[in-house]
Amino acid sequence: MTAQTDQRTSDPFDRDDLPAPPGATGALLRSLLSAHRVRVTVAALVLLVKEAAVQAGPLLVAYAIDEGVPAFRAGDHGPVLAVALGYLLCAALSGVLQYVFVRGAARVNQDVLLDLRGRIFRHSQILSVDFHERYTSGRLISRSTTDVESLRELLSEGLQELIGVVLSFVSISAILLYLDLGIGAVAVASFLPLSFLVRVYRRRAGAVYAERSTAIAGVIVKFAETMNGIRPVRAFRRERVNETEFAALNHRHERSNGDALLEMARYVVGSRLVANTAVAGMCLWGAYRVASGSLELGVLAAAVLYMRRLYDPIDRLGMFLNSYESAAASLTKIAGLLAQEPGVPEATAPATLPARTGSPGREVTFDKVRFAYRTGGEVLPAFDLTIPAGQTVAVVGATGAGKSTLAKLLARFYDPTDGAVRLDGVDLRDLTTPDLRRGIVMVTQEAFLFSGTVAENIAIGRPDATREQIEDAARAIGAHDFIKGLPDGYDTDVRKRGGRISAGQRQLVAFARALLADPAVLILDEATSSLDVPGERAVQRAMDTVLAGRTAVVIAHRLSTVEVADRVLVMESGRIVEDGAPSDLVTDEGHYAGLHQAWRESLVG
Amino acid sequence: MPEKPVAPEPPAPDPHDGHDGHDRSAVRTLLRLWPYVRPVRTRLFTAAFVAIVASCLSLVIPLVLKWLVDGPVADRDPGGVWLGALYLLLLGVAEAVLFGYRRWLVARPLSGVEARMRADLYGRLQRLPIAFHDRWASGQLLSRGTTDLMLVRMFLAFPLTFLLVNAVTILAGYVLLLAQDWSLGLVLLTPVIPLVIVCSIFEGRYGVVARRAQDQVGDLTTVVEESVLGIRIVKGFGRHRSQATAFRELSGRLRGTELVKARLLALIWAVITFVPELAIGAALVLGTVQVADGDLSAGTLVAFLSTALALRWPVESIGFLLAMSQEAATATERYFEVMDAEEEPETGPATGGTLSTPAGPGTTAASGTTAGGPGGVRFEGVSFRYPDAPADAPPVLDGIDLHIRPGETLALVGGTGSGKTTLTALVPRLHEASGGRILLDGEDIALMERDRLRSLVSMAFEEPTLFSASVGENVLMGADGTAGEPELRRALGVAQADGFVERLPEGVATQVGEQGLSLSGGQRQRLALARAVVGRPRFLVLDDPLSALDVHTEARVEAALREVLRDTTALVVAHRPSTVMLADRVALLSRGRIAAVGTHHELLRSSAEYAWLMSGEGEGGAR
Repeated sequence: MTAQTDQRTSDPFDRDDLPAPPGATGALLRSLLSAHRVRVTVAALVLLVKEAAVQAGPLLVAYAIDEGVPAFRAGDHGPVLAVALGYLLCAALSGVLQYVFVRGAARVNQDVLLDLRGRIFRHSQILSVDFHERYTSGRLISRSTTDVESLRELLSEGLQELIGVVLSFVSISAILLYLDLGIGAVAVASFLPLSFLVRVYRRRAGAVYAERSTAIAGVIVKFAETMNGIRPVRAFRRERVNETEFAALNHRHERSNGDALLEMARYVVGSRLVANTAVAGMCLWGAYRVASGSLELGVLAAAVLYMRRLYDPIDRLGMFLNSYESAAASLTKIAGLLAQEPGVPEATAPATLPARTGSPGREVTFDKVRFAYRTGGEVLPAFDLTIPAGQTVAVVGATGAGKSTLAKLLARFYDPTDGAVRLDGVDLRDLTTPDLRRGIVMVTQEAFLFSGTVAENIAIGRPDATREQIEDAARAIGAHDFIKGLPDGYDTDVRKRGGRISAGQRQLVAFARALLADPAVLILDEATSSLDVPGERAVQRAMDTVLAGRTAVVIAHRLSTVEVADRVLVMESGRIVEDGAPSDLVTDEGHYAGLHQAWRESLVG
Repeated sequence: MPEKPVAPEPPAPDPHDGHDGHDRSAVRTLLRLWPYVRPVRTRLFTAAFVAIVASCLSLVIPLVLKWLVDGPVADRDPGGVWLGALYLLLLGVAEAVLFGYRRWLVARPLSGVEARMRADLYGRLQRLPIAFHDRWASGQLLSRGTTDLMLVRMFLAFPLTFLLVNAVTILAGYVLLLAQDWSLGLVLLTPVIPLVIVCSIFEGRYGVVARRAQDQVGDLTTVVEESVLGIRIVKGFGRHRSQATAFRELSGRLRGTELVKARLLALIWAVITFVPELAIGAALVLGTVQVADGDLSAGTLVAFLSTALALRWPVESIGFLLAMSQEAATATERYFEVMDAEEEPETGPATGGTLSTPAGPGTTAASGTTAGGPGGVRFEGVSFRYPDAPADAPPVLDGIDLHIRPGETLALVGGTGSGKTTLTALVPRLHEASGGRILLDGEDIALMERDRLRSLVSMAFEEPTLFSASVGENVLMGADGTAGEPELRRALGVAQADGFVERLPEGVATQVGEQGLSLSGGQRQRLALARAVVGRPRFLVLDDPLSALDVHTEARVEAALREVLRDTTALVVAHRPSTVMLADRVALLSRGRIAAVGTHHELLRSSAEYAWLMSGEGEGGAR
């Protein structure tokens, strides 16, 4: 396992380390918090007042003893009553403010998380199919769950801790400086080694947490892959091999998790040592100065009490740094994801499609289109192709001939490297997403069903469709009967009781989706492979009736679908080598004639 | 406040007994962690002990400071000052070391507990019945393996120790308080009872909400996963906005739940802050009066109150420590919901052979006494219904009698949803037949060890899944480690995959699957086929193995596959005449029953449904 990863560490995808521009992590955190600046300030103020109310306790004790007792002896109950009232007030105030702070902070916290989750999700949806094929669902899950979780830890405790820490450091340093400049200076000077410790900790912990975030993503990827492929895992008895592989990934996470905790332990020891040594040193120095008469005993007594409290928040600072580093590592990963440019950007100045004239289909033009991978491999050399509105074009050719690439360019899953794909003369890049998807719909071989009911899955084609329209679409494709036969008909949850749907049935649902979307151009990319012959016939019937007049591009191995086409394109190594009506091509001696012959032979038996 | 969890979609229909927060005890749930904690118990207990000692040291240091100021410094005793400073330094070093030691003690063990629990979950999930996976969204499983386990680890690291440390501190504090002045001490004891009541109410409610939040995280995980797995559909229909809306709604719900949690936490925290303060205030006033009356010395009152104030943090922290424990408890509960699910039994349900007569002679057309015997694959009165199917639903398969003779290839043909795939899944026992029995060479598969059965039967699934591994590893998976380079070449050849594999960047070493190069449907299907045949299995089950291939390739694969099938007993699900041609005989499956068995030509003549399925012409057969 490790050997593989080592071999391919040059690829940021494999290392799970997408580059983010410098400063992107901080910018992300700032932009997440900036909308809540006011509420964060208010929360901080609430916390300040609450701390003051809590600190009033000792003062009230002093007042009660110094003033209350003599007054009470003198028969004046006023000061004692005042103490009682004051304490009641402080208690109530700290209780109420505690409540307000926790709720207010939670609101900010949750809003930030909602915002961040939404950003990750929306951005991931804009990124290209290409990207997702390399990034994997597991990593995206990791980004939007465990990585968001570490920001949550920072936000839920971090603010409180940070404010507490700053407050104590500042106020107590001020008091110490006020009591005695010398001792105060020593206290302030002790911050120097402390800040050094903090820097060392941050550097080391940052690396550990980045590693941990990658490690847990690896665990999640493996986990998700196993659960999604549980049938073959079972059938090929992969359980033990999987366990070994999972153990390695899990162990990597365990290591880095332990490393993170050990870094924390190291910091705690270091900072405590510095703090306690400083206290001992200040005491010693103070005592000598008292002995030499340059310091009042009372001042030293007070200073000594405050010294110890000066370093109380060191552990809390550690906890804050801990959650900060963990969150920073996660945010860097998230920022790397968010920095990915969508391969297929939204139109900046959208154009509108001309109104459909007569025919429900639209004309498709490939204008000097060339397509090559970013790495350089040319898939489609430059070509021109015009498909008139309403024409059904079949694309045939061997695997790897470029058929799917052609389809993906038309569906704008990719943009061409050179040239333009146009719909009724409008460049696809200038169309808004809704316009593009009303215009062109692609049905692929993988008929994925989302959680939810069958009806909801069909309605993806048109979210505002009525139940009647959904059923009509299903009926048109011959899926109505089997759907009716499910335990709850159209309302059967595809994940729940009896909701098991075969691959062929899923393809029918996918077709119903496409029918419902009612596009001007329909692309079928090997979309009938799992259908039986009657299913294929139903698809053809639907294309003749419901979809009549639409422009259609059909990629199919089964030439039965091709037979109904008006025109056939034969592709070979990225080039269109034959182009004509099926009846013409059959009589030629070309590729198509050969394919057709083979297919006829496969039918008889 | 809603008393019952109203998670919009309970992760599973009913496998777990109702978790409505009443019959559930957080402590009892957390005790279930013991088997995992047991191996590290020494370290954990030592760490707790160290934490207590360290807290005591922290209490002693101020005393030393006081002694230093009041004694040597006041007496101007330089030797004493040096000694005092030395004590202070030693105590300080000891404190620092103990703090670090505690963390060092638990760092590795606790990550280990988390990892072990995760590994167990993974192992368990791999062995739970397929029916379980059909029901549970993988996001829900994933969230149990990640965020839930982190909560458990954090519980073991922090609340568990500090609930103990704080309890000891508070107890010791109270002993000190009562010793100093028992009447004032009693005043401080009064809030204990109301606080205990409030805390227990809080615990119950918080647990319910925490559980809901965790379930919602699971749902969110599912949506994220599906948004990637279904990205082509989302893109193809331009639905990324509505997906985002759906996601937003779900994460908005999670935010709502989290805010309810925060409100509960805020409330308990406020109460825990307010009530003890009130008691201290009362003690202060009463004490002042006593001092004024001369019943108490001012020094005792100050000492008493400073002890009381020192207890403030231990008491206040109980609020969030309880909250964290409660979250850990619900996370544990979710974890064990999966761990408690029944694993697949090694041997199937007691079939006992009481069902149906052996080998229905009526169905096997040419059941010559010669070919009969024990050989091949024999289905005897096999029926199947999903364990979670409603009671009134008709069984998926009903009274299947079928015999595939040794070396024979039988094609299975049937309309969509007739149960073909389910039937094939019964052979390697991916699902257990609910009735009847299946014999391989005369041996009841329900009585076979699963591993052995699956090493005898090789499969190619309708949807070819490749794992994140190299092409070679993916194919050789089918062969138990017995096959090497020549077998790999042969299998790739049979599947006509050798050509395109050679053109891959690194040939058979090219990484494919989710974390590798993505191949086309046809390419994946050919690799899956190669995987099925690489081990020269005795029994082969192919589910529509050539659907994604183009005609030329299909013809070549067929020719090569014929060679393989010649001496293999095979069941092939077929949608097309070309695939049927691989088989010696054909069985027609209709509404969960075998409607006819015969050769392709016989059935074309005798069965209208078959003719319809093969040609698409004529009326819809038995529909």
